[in-house]
Formats: sequence, structure tokens, C-alpha cells
Amino acid sequence: MIERSDIVDTLAGLALFADLTRPQLEAVAHTFEEEWFNEDQRILRQGLAGSAFYVILEGEVAVKIDGERRSTLGRGDFFGEVSVLLGGPPTADVVAARAVRCLVLSGPEVEGLLMTYPRVMFRMLQAQARRLQQANRWRS
Amino acid sequence: MAELNRPFAPGTYPVVIVGSGPGGLQLSYFLRRLGIGHAVISSDEAPGGMFRHFPLFERLITWSKRHTPVPLNSRPYDWYDWNSLLADDPSHRVLVPDFMDGTSIFPSRQEMERGIAAFAERNRLDVRYGCRWVATRRHNDGFTLETTDGEYHCRVVVFAVGVAEPWKPEIPGIEHVPHYVEMRPAREYAGKRVFIIGKRNSAFELADALHPWAKQIIMASPRPVVFSLYNRSPAASVRARYVIPYEDHLFGGGTFALDAAIDRLERHADGWRIFATGTTHPVAFTFEADVLVAATGFTTPLADLRALGLKTFSHDRIPSLTPFWESATVPGVYFGGTASMGAVGLRKYGLGSLSGGVAGFRHNMRILALHLAQTYFGVDVPKRELRPDEVVPFLLAEANGAPELWNQRAYLARVVSVQPDARVFDEGVLPLQYFLDSSGPDAVAITVETDDHGEHRPAAYVRQRGAINEVVLPGDPLLNFDGQEHHARLAEVVRPLLPPASL
Repeated sequence: MIERSDIVDTLAGLALFADLTRPQLEAVAHTFEEEWFNEDQRILRQGLAGSAFYVILEGEVAVKIDGERRSTLGRGDFFGEVSVLLGGPPTADVVAARAVRCLVLSGPEVEGLLMTYPRVMFRMLQAQARRLQQANRWRS
Repeated sequence: MAELNRPFAPGTYPVVIVGSGPGGLQLSYFLRRLGIGHAVISSDEAPGGMFRHFPLFERLITWSKRHTPVPLNSRPYDWYDWNSLLADDPSHRVLVPDFMDGTSIFPSRQEMERGIAAFAERNRLDVRYGCRWVATRRHNDGFTLETTDGEYHCRVVVFAVGVAEPWKPEIPGIEHVPHYVEMRPAREYAGKRVFIIGKRNSAFELADALHPWAKQIIMASPRPVVFSLYNRSPAASVRARYVIPYEDHLFGGGTFALDAAIDRLERHADGWRIFATGTTHPVAFTFEADVLVAATGFTTPLADLRALGLKTFSHDRIPSLTPFWESATVPGVYFGGTASMGAVGLRKYGLGSLSGGVAGFRHNMRILALHLAQTYFGVDVPKRELRPDEVVPFLLAEANGAPELWNQRAYLARVVSVQPDARVFDEGVLPLQYFLDSSGPDAVAITVETDDHGEHRPAAYVRQRGAINEVVLPGDPLLNFDGQEHHARLAEVVRPLLPPASL
């Protein structure tokens, strides 16, 4: 059982939202929807438009491209932002590797969130820079 | 009620439905059409579910139009009437507009309740009223429900118990605060300062009702108001009918809609003191109010189901369900009516399903009845075979007028399969998520979607050799998806699935 206050506490512990005040976290908790996915359930579908932005509260997901597992994401990680920001369909499936609890924000609402909370945008940018760095290392 | 006249005595049934609201009645109707034996039990004394009590002050927020571009007895009419239950046979239909006085397209609570009761009566849908489900036990071959009348044993149980149990968030002091459901007639709030926790539909319903009476109304919650005019979603937004209190807020007329997190609540001799912190603007607030009410929503009455392993989401209020409305973690436990919103679907472009209302879940219940009949009871419903040249016109006609696809956009889809022997079959209306995530023969599913620019468009999902390809067809200013361009584009999409030169 997760109460709203528990979600606020969880958000406060995630790097993405680390700079927000408690009232701001409350607003964020009310802005996102919470969803629960069983193991093996697809959360994001490769090639299908109109998807959303997800933040993992509990559990683990596998990122798969054309059925091949490329990476694993866990608590505090987020996904779906690339397709939302670029306005195209996701280039990967994201599947629950075990039961997953997520916060979900619909694509059209993401810009508003980032503009309202520039520190969240900065943290997201940092995370993207790390992912890019890691991908470049992997290639070299 | 004399015991002898009460249907569905405790005992063993293939299916037990708990609940006598529109969800339970709709499912019972379709199960009976399929010949599936079942019992319906309800703790209420009459049909109607939540509409026996809610909405408290207002009309519904869903339309039922009598004068429409399509005949009243046609399938496409159901898109123009979101409140009437579905029936296969025209003689079984009961239209809510027949109970409306014609002054609004939105029925009053009483009109809606009468329409549901008439559906139950005309179709002789039996319910064991006054029989409360108390506890649940799971066995290898099904379930036992303990009720106030005795034990029911069944292979499958469907809880159509509504999402109508008052819910309040954890805020210090809220335990003494009345919920929306405890509000009294509006005139009793004459000259009062009213503070409403919440800024969704039930909060705005109160604000609208108390507007002529209260001397001040403050609504507060952390998130800014989201109107359907803005996010284009009839499901997760405040409907335009409640725009007047918000206009009053904008004009400074004495109603306020504030973005604030409520820190704590104190009751004193003359009323309430509310401590809050602004979210959009960081301000510390202290409010004084004569009346405080929590318009903070509802939860599903799940009794002991969590102890069986039932998983929930949305702050433990909604059961997590498969695309066919079965608990994701307790096989054999299904949810009907409003709780069918636990099968979230794809929420494409942020647009949720309408499963939380009659408009959406009535279609879910038709599909669920067939699913139960086929999955558990071996019922074989013949599929209609299509000629290859019928496929494109058939799918476009569905996109144009199928109420399932319009009420449940990007959630339900019409599916046509192409078997290995090249025969083509109408697979019926199915959950889109199920189609996308399951394997099967080559097939095409069509649905209606509303993109992030608000444009309604047909979308086809083509499954060929196991891979799915999404093709969004053009929109049309008058929502006519039957033009030459649509035919040409869809033909191009389905041609690879069909025998050569068959289109």
C-alpha cells in the first residue's frame, strides 16, 4: 500500500527531484499518475507513437531493442523521455523485469513539468549526459 | 422481501457477480445472452449502484443526446448517449433520454437511476439484494464468498462494486473532516466560508452547487486545475460544465482555486483552521473556514482481497488488472464497472480510457462476458467471415461510427484476422493492448485516437509475421473517415496481408 505521503518521501530520495521543496514534491506527486506492472508486462512499446514519461519507484525494467536486451533500469531511473522530447515513437521496448511501480506523466505534460521545475530539467540533462558518456565509452 | 422470492440463494454458481450498479447489470445481461449461469448479489436494496446517491448536487458530466445524426436504435447512436446500458436486441434497449426532461443533455442523478432500474426491470435481471459480501477464500477450483446470507462457491468472481468508497489522503487532522459524501443540501451553507480540499470534478461540483449560498469558497490542492478544454481528456480532467466557479476565481468574485499542499487541519469552536503551503507560488497560508470538506475522491472497496495477493495502484485505490480486467496477481478474480479502469491500457497521448464511467465500461462488460464464456466455459461464438474486398470498408465504417472505438479511444479496437489459409475473419472488438502484446495470425486492428494536437484520427495496427506496424490515417474536420484518401491509405496498409489482387 502506497500513500501519497510515501510517494512524496520516495520522490525526495530520487536524484531527479532532489532539488524540489516538499510542497513542490506534493505538486509533482499529484501531477504524475501511479501505475503497477507485473513481471514481463510491456510498459513502453517500440515504434508506437503517443507514449509517456516514466519514473521507477520500485522494481526493475529491461530495455529491449528488436527483442534484444540492451540495459536494465531500476529505482529512481526514468525512461520514455527521449521519444516525448523528440516527438517520435520509442526506439525500444521497456518491459517489467520484475513487478514494477512507476510514476507516469503523459507526453504532452512533460514540457510543462520541465519548464515549471528547471532543476528537474537540469537533473534530467545530467542523467542524459551520463548515459551519452557511457554509450560513447561502450562504442570506443 | 420474502425469502422465497429472493433469487440466487447461497450455493454453487459458475460465476458470481458482486454489485448491482450499471457494471454488474451490464455484465449479467451479456452473460445471460451467452448462456453462462451466474448469480448477482448486492448489499444494496435496489439497482443503480453509485447513482442511487451520486452526484450529490449536480447532473452527470456525461451526455445523453436524443437528437443525433444517427437513428436512436442504431449501434452508432451509443456514441451520442454515454449513459444508457447496451443491449443486443432492440427490444431490450432502455434509453436514459426517455427518462430525461429535455432541458439538458446531461441527465440528473434521478433520471440516470431510473434509466438503470428500467434496464434491470425490462430485461428481468435478477439480483439478490441485501446480500453483503463479507470475505473471500480461494481454492484450487475457484472461490468461496462469505456473505451475510451464506456462502457462494464459484469458478470465477467478478467484483462490480464501484469505486465509490470515500477516500482521504494522509493529512494531520483530516480524520475529523467530513467527506464529499457527507455534504448536506446547499442552502444549509448560506453565508458560510467553505474550504474544499481538492480541485477535481467532485470539488468543482460542490463549488458550483454552493456558489449561490456560500459567502466564500476556497478550493485547494497541490496541482493546478486541469480542465478538459486543456488536456482534451474527458477522463482525467475537470469538465467544462464546472468552469463557472473557476471563472469566478479568475475574476476575483469570492471563489478561489489555489495551488497549495495542505500541511495540517485544526478544528476549533467556530470552525476550522487550515495550514497550507503554496506550490505554484511558495506562500505560507493560514485559512479560517466555517465548513471544511474533503473532495478527495474515492477508492474501491476491496475488503480482504489484498490478503489473497491482489495488487493495487493509484495510492492503493484501484486493482491492477490485465487487459481483460482480471487481477494481474489473483487469477479468476475479475473487476467490472468502474473498477475496470484498473486495466489502464496505453494512455496514448495522455488520453486515458473511459472505463471509469458507464460510457466506457459498458463496452468492457460486453467483451468481458464473451471472454469469460470462451475462456472458462468453452462457448464457441462463430466469427463472421469477410471477403477480402470487404475488409477496408468494414474497418473504416468501424472507425467512423463504432461507439466502442469512440468511447474507448486507443483502448478498444476492431480486429480482423487473416488465417494461414487466407480466410478473413472479424475477431470482434478487443482490448488494443491485448492485440499489441499477444501473438497470433496476421491481423489488423483499427481504433480511433486523439493526438496531442487534439486531432481525432483512425489508427491501424498491422500484425504481419508477428511484427506490429502502427499506421495513423488522416483526420477529417467533420470526422468523416470514409473518404477516398482513407480507403486508398488503408488498402495500402492491409494489402500485404491479403491474397494478391483481392482488393
